[in-house]
Amino acid sequence: MSESKISRDEVAHLAHLSRLSVTESEIDTFAPQLERILEYVAKVGEVAADEIPPMSHNVPMTNVTRPDVITPSLDRDEVLRAAPAAQENRFRVPRILDEEA
Amino acid sequence: MAPSELIHLSAADLAARLAAGDVTSVEVTQAHLDQISAVDDTIGSFLHVDGAKALAQAATVDEDRAAGKALGPLAGVPIGLKDVFVTRGTPTTAGSKILEGWTPPYESTVSARALAAGLVVLGKTNMDEFAMGSTNENSAYKPVRNPWNHDRIPGGSSGGSASAVASFETPLSLGTDTGGSVRQPAAMCGLVGMKPTYGSNSRYGVIAFSSSLDTPGPFGRTVMDTALLHEAISGYDPCDSTSIDAPVPGVVAAARKGANGDLTGVRVGVVRELGGDGYETGVMSAFEAGVQTLRDLGATVTEVSCPHFSYSLPAYYLIAPSEASSNLARFDSVRYGLRVGDDGEASLEEVMSMTREAGFGAEVKRRIILGAYALSSGYYDAYYGQAQKVRTLLARDFTAAFEQVDVLVSPTTPTVAYPIGAKVNDPLAMYQGDLCTLPASLVGVPAMSLPVGLAEDPADSGGTPLPVGLQIMAPTMADDRCYRVGAALEGALDASRGAPFLAELAIR
Repeated sequence: MSESKISRDEVAHLAHLSRLSVTESEIDTFAPQLERILEYVAKVGEVAADEIPPMSHNVPMTNVTRPDVITPSLDRDEVLRAAPAAQENRFRVPRILDEEA
Repeated sequence: MAPSELIHLSAADLAARLAAGDVTSVEVTQAHLDQISAVDDTIGSFLHVDGAKALAQAATVDEDRAAGKALGPLAGVPIGLKDVFVTRGTPTTAGSKILEGWTPPYESTVSARALAAGLVVLGKTNMDEFAMGSTNENSAYKPVRNPWNHDRIPGGSSGGSASAVASFETPLSLGTDTGGSVRQPAAMCGLVGMKPTYGSNSRYGVIAFSSSLDTPGPFGRTVMDTALLHEAISGYDPCDSTSIDAPVPGVVAAARKGANGDLTGVRVGVVRELGGDGYETGVMSAFEAGVQTLRDLGATVTEVSCPHFSYSLPAYYLIAPSEASSNLARFDSVRYGLRVGDDGEASLEEVMSMTREAGFGAEVKRRIILGAYALSSGYYDAYYGQAQKVRTLLARDFTAAFEQVDVLVSPTTPTVAYPIGAKVNDPLAMYQGDLCTLPASLVGVPAMSLPVGLAEDPADSGGTPLPVGLQIMAPTMADDRCYRVGAALEGALDASRGAPFLAELAIR
């Protein structure tokens, strides 16, 4: 077996950073799959020489603004109806304090 | 006209009969709803059908027509929308449990244009979760089955939109193509599928997967049907910062021009790197026969080398998951969708993690983790940065090729549709199905797949042969070239078969 490029701990860490509470069996599945994929995609390094500029997009990007005119927005009640929890015309979120405790 | 005849007509034929008053949109819509009732338990094309809404919309078109109002060329013709298009008042899930039951408060630009054109929306079609996957087995709700052989994949991620058209549930549908998700299922289901120039179809209200690649695109049974839908939905949209502010090429006119069957003076390049080893014999035979037909129509065919095309697959599988890992951060259990574990004790972060764990399927999680890895400090330069450089090399390949030829052609997929479950545990093998479609995606140029024939199913020797697609690629904003060449090829192939391509499936 080739030397592991992505460990189980790394998969768990990346999942945590991505706010995904993955199970042990998912880590067992993902780690070898991701390792194979990463070995394969590393091929991009064969041709991507320093002098080649990266291309992020095929469309020349310009800042898009609209006229500074007040227009109707989404209906607040309609938006809040689609939320998992709402209270007093706002999105209700779970506890946010003491997260580091 | 009998409902069974109505569902087999092309969109253009239906539109002509509607305009002539031979049939009403209500009758046409009901015939397609009946076909959905008859076959969709087996095929699984739709996630949501709203018959009452569709019939009401059809009745409005009929009333407008009776009142003499000016109507668009496709007014009254039914359509299916991939469930990635946000539709106001109609559930939208992107094939994911994390959005189960969500009813959007706004409408995507593309679906709004379809409605404004008088197209009748039958419902939302099945898809791989968040458009990730090449098989349509990654829908959180149910797999889609290929109408040619129900044990085969339809291709992904717009497999529901493709199977709906191929099984005569609707004459037209819309999908999105990120790495080939319109062209690949079109090839596997025997349809015409088009990825327009990136930026020429608005992404506003299209649930984002990979923002620098996602492109809404039409499916039809013929090149002309696809052109009519393409023209109805395309064009500049100020709501999308990547929208191109330029006129859409006249694709309907180009399809008409192509239908005269003369390709004299058209230079066609066969991409050397997209073919040969790893491609099924039946796929290559049908492709080469298609190329010979192009020669017979007067086109000049030469071989063209695009040396960096073989790096498309690794570049894509770094770029798309990276953008996805960022885009999918919005599914955070706060503003819409699912919330799991909110018992008053768990913190926001814990609720978010539990919700995302419960709401996302395996392919989505795999890509989020891969994307987070590729973007992380220490690996960014080795992976994501290098992949963006490959994009530049691919763009240079295309530029050099289009100095020599007008269009490039290749098989659309290396294989015909394979058995459901065959590659579900081997993501790298599944990704190989996108080999031919990725270069056009990474550079943003337009590309079409159209059916060129049938090939033996390697997994069922002597069984039902399966469709093969030929891909036509053109320079940015030269989408019309795909339609001209495609229409000419389609006409010649239909003439040699004695019937339109899907007639064989309609009879079985």
